[in-house]
Amino acid sequence: MGIEGIGARVVRKEDKRFITGAGRYVDDMVVPGMKHAAFVRSPHAHAQIKKIDVKKAQAMPGVIGVLTGKELKADGIGNLICGWMIHSKDGSPMKMGGWSPLAVDKVRYVGDAIAIVVAETKGQARDAAEAVEITYKELKAVVDATKALQKGAPQVHAEADDNLIFDWEIGDAKTTDAAIKAAAHVTRMKIVNNRLVPNAMEPRAALGHYDKAEDHFTCWTTSQNPHVARLVMSAFYNVAPENKLRVIAPDVGGGFGSKIYIYPEEIVCLWASKKTGVPVKWVADRTESFLTDAHGRDHVSTVEMAFDKNNKITGFKVDTIANLGAYMSLFSSCVPTYLYATLLSGQYNIPTIHANVRTVYTNTAPVDAYRGAGRPEATYLLERTMETAARELGVSPAELRRTNFITSFPHQTPVIMNYDAGDYGASLDAATKASDYAGFAKRKAAAAKQGKLRGIGMSCYIEACGIAPSAAVGSLGAGVGLWESAEVRVNAVGTIEVLTGSHSHGQGHETTFAQLVTQRFGVPLDSVSIVHGDTDKVQMGMGTYGSRSGAVGMSAIAKALDKVEAKAKKIAAHLLEADEGDIVIENGEVKVAGTDKSLPWFQVALAAYTAHNLPAGMEPGLKETAFYDPANFTFPAGCYICEVEIDPETGTTDIVQFVAADDFGNIINPMIVEGQVHGGIAQGIGQALLEGAHYDASGQLLTASYMDYTMPRADDLPSFKVSTSNTPCPSNPLGIKGCGEAGAIGSPPAVINAITDALGITDIAMPASPSTVWAAIRATKKH
Amino acid sequence: MYSVNYHRAASVADAAKLVKSGDAKLLSGGMTLIPAMKTRLAAPSDLVDLSRIKELQGVKVSGKTVTIGAATTHYDVANDEKLKKACPALAHLASLIGDPAVRHKGTIGGSVANNDPAADYPAALLALGATIITNKREIAAAKFFTGLFETALKDGEIIIAVSFTAPAKAAYEKFRNPASRYAIVGVFVAKGKDGVSVAVTGAGDDGVFRSKEIEAALAKNFAASALDGVKVPAKTLMTDLHASAEYRANLIAVMAKRAVAAANA
Repeated sequence: MGIEGIGARVVRKEDKRFITGAGRYVDDMVVPGMKHAAFVRSPHAHAQIKKIDVKKAQAMPGVIGVLTGKELKADGIGNLICGWMIHSKDGSPMKMGGWSPLAVDKVRYVGDAIAIVVAETKGQARDAAEAVEITYKELKAVVDATKALQKGAPQVHAEADDNLIFDWEIGDAKTTDAAIKAAAHVTRMKIVNNRLVPNAMEPRAALGHYDKAEDHFTCWTTSQNPHVARLVMSAFYNVAPENKLRVIAPDVGGGFGSKIYIYPEEIVCLWASKKTGVPVKWVADRTESFLTDAHGRDHVSTVEMAFDKNNKITGFKVDTIANLGAYMSLFSSCVPTYLYATLLSGQYNIPTIHANVRTVYTNTAPVDAYRGAGRPEATYLLERTMETAARELGVSPAELRRTNFITSFPHQTPVIMNYDAGDYGASLDAATKASDYAGFAKRKAAAAKQGKLRGIGMSCYIEACGIAPSAAVGSLGAGVGLWESAEVRVNAVGTIEVLTGSHSHGQGHETTFAQLVTQRFGVPLDSVSIVHGDTDKVQMGMGTYGSRSGAVGMSAIAKALDKVEAKAKKIAAHLLEADEGDIVIENGEVKVAGTDKSLPWFQVALAAYTAHNLPAGMEPGLKETAFYDPANFTFPAGCYICEVEIDPETGTTDIVQFVAADDFGNIINPMIVEGQVHGGIAQGIGQALLEGAHYDASGQLLTASYMDYTMPRADDLPSFKVSTSNTPCPSNPLGIKGCGEAGAIGSPPAVINAITDALGITDIAMPASPSTVWAAIRATKKH
Repeated sequence: MYSVNYHRAASVADAAKLVKSGDAKLLSGGMTLIPAMKTRLAAPSDLVDLSRIKELQGVKVSGKTVTIGAATTHYDVANDEKLKKACPALAHLASLIGDPAVRHKGTIGGSVANNDPAADYPAALLALGATIITNKREIAAAKFFTGLFETALKDGEIIIAVSFTAPAKAAYEKFRNPASRYAIVGVFVAKGKDGVSVAVTGAGDDGVFRSKEIEAALAKNFAASALDGVKVPAKTLMTDLHASAEYRANLIAVMAKRAVAAANA
């Protein structure tokens, strides 16, 4: 590795502008004549709209327009859609209810958008929004997915009887039931995965600009995938055809999944710009973010894991109810199905698996992918169950896992996935060593002397990244392909621009993607620029989520670099009068191997553009495009160990150590990878100890601000001990697996396993807040 | 935020005049009022800013008597050398409020006038038997805090200072709400010439209160061990998303025990 190439701890190029306040986000964008929008939102979780009176609002100072769903419909703007078709086990398609960008007849959750007010200032828009008079007929609400399935529960959408969207299964029910029946031991649990609010630092925003002269729309929006936004807004929402719609996602301050989806606000701002004749900007306040960003998780499951007399797993059966909220968000259907149940084999040899998943409408915010998306839910089930099984069987949790590890690859699981490479024992060894797992009993005894309860917990996770082979996901119902594109433009002076369909909103692509180019041609990092986030610059792309930008996005760049390299070598061979096969590119020079003949890189580039002396028949220029469609998912895996100390008087949990041993395949920038792991673990600890979205029975969100929703803070977290032991991924040219979500996937079960170990109990609800832990301690004393 | 008229008062007399205009509210640090206005939960027509009035600022210690100006920031209370000697428990309490930004902006007078049921100062003032001095009169803390966000202050009445006699021993222990970091339970323990006084914030369903059970146990023996087995009734305590009344009752005893240990240290 060079000092700036693959494997180097290069400081992030983008950080200078971020930490000096020079980043440019949607709210920083100013267009001449731009005005400000506020949305009128439902205060009720479930109600019929009887009447909307905008007269008073329209007469307020500064108001340019007040627009409602009726006008939106009249202009032919379509309903929001879910882009992944799932069929129930009876063969029927999922029951998707309508989601109008502005509600017309009925509102289905607190925060549902009803009207947009455009005014000279943000304050005037908000004042006028409050003056829109809406007559509601309130209806009974349901917020709990299990209750929503019961007969007589309030019906959220007419299309979905008993609020059931689909009843889906994977695996083999018969063989799994037989394995459970024949088992020497069965571990049974009921496991809840708590609902989370994504809380990106930058709230969602949209600026819609209709240019009358060109009959053309521009949308600046907080998106993880601007091209998908343009595609969906063109093809399904009838905003404008693709050639007349430019979508720009500039600097975006965090997404965690919540900015994958197309929300009502960007569609409405674009439409309202044409309607009112002014550019329209909307920026969510934090309350709107809590209420309307797609939430994550919210599963209730029962599991049964069967073991033979040698403690080998013989079968795993899962029944899950997943709350999808009031509407089906863009990828909501694939999260609790193909991103979840396909990972239920974990790191283990399990001969038979069966999972049944029912997804349910409720009067809550839509639920979709959130950092990990389905894999945290699968990992939580498996790793809570493994730890519990080890305790029931009286064996070491580490050994029970080791007994069941998959050790030969490729490995076909009973739930679609084909693992290509891994070494689960290596991660387990690294984590147990780093945490001094063997010395825990001594530490527990020492803590007991201080009146503290100490516990240790483990989690061996696997996940699927690099999503995904387009044909495979197409056969499973996806409405899109999941390849990535890249264009490498070598300028005449040898500097390089890389256009990518990936989108960086915290991941550091401007640095890591440039490192790849530096490695290839030996040009300085500073002479490589990464261009992303603008549909007018990058032709097409699928965006950033599912830890795919390294494995898929960079593979596309590598493919384009191959083509550039081949052409550059042809030009150099011609200029140096050498054989093409003898040309090597090193440290910014193009050389003939074994001779002192060489050209600086820029001269080859210049030759391509002067075209004075190119090989016969060669086109001028040095610019290549590639589309990369992955051959398989990638399978990052690892072992996390958490050790806690609990104060029994107050129920406070102190994480005294947290060890992460990961296998991410080849690593481009270890510093950025460690940052991703740290952030992921912080979110995972957040889920386990701190975070939880709570609705009351009437559908009001009780945790709608930081006064009640607990975000992890630095003093809630220990110093993490992270390491990697990597097996290169054989399925992509760079050997990359992906690291963006691992921390959030692997950590919650490790934390809860540690707490239940400390307290000597089977389960505790997440978040295991001090009051919850104290109540659990009190309950054990009563027995 | 709705539009609002802002007035910077030059003196207490000036503020008393200005506060009569429209639906005016007094602004000190604004650490509660401004967020409430930003979320449109409060909509005063006028704000009268007290924070620049010189006569409201600073800590005075004369013999055993401590007087703290109403517009003194939490940071200044936490770092006042005279106060750290006279009543280190109160300086420590101030250092636990909010975060550095809040401590540099928020004031003791603002906190006391707002009487948030989870604020820290009310527990200290009640336990210390402090006097709240306004531009009209002097009010004993026991009569001042009248309920959730309720005080004995009349419309337009302005707090000038708080005053108390330094205790022989005192300490404050707080258990924070994990989200807001306000007190779920805060216990101020003071031992002075009138005996032991223990006030609890964050927990009571009617705001700050004195715990008779704990005071009785400590009156006999001012030691942490005196509280072993003392039960605090949960009946008049709050239950919310973060803590049940029973949990709060437990925390009152635990925090009191830790406060007594700290006071004796």
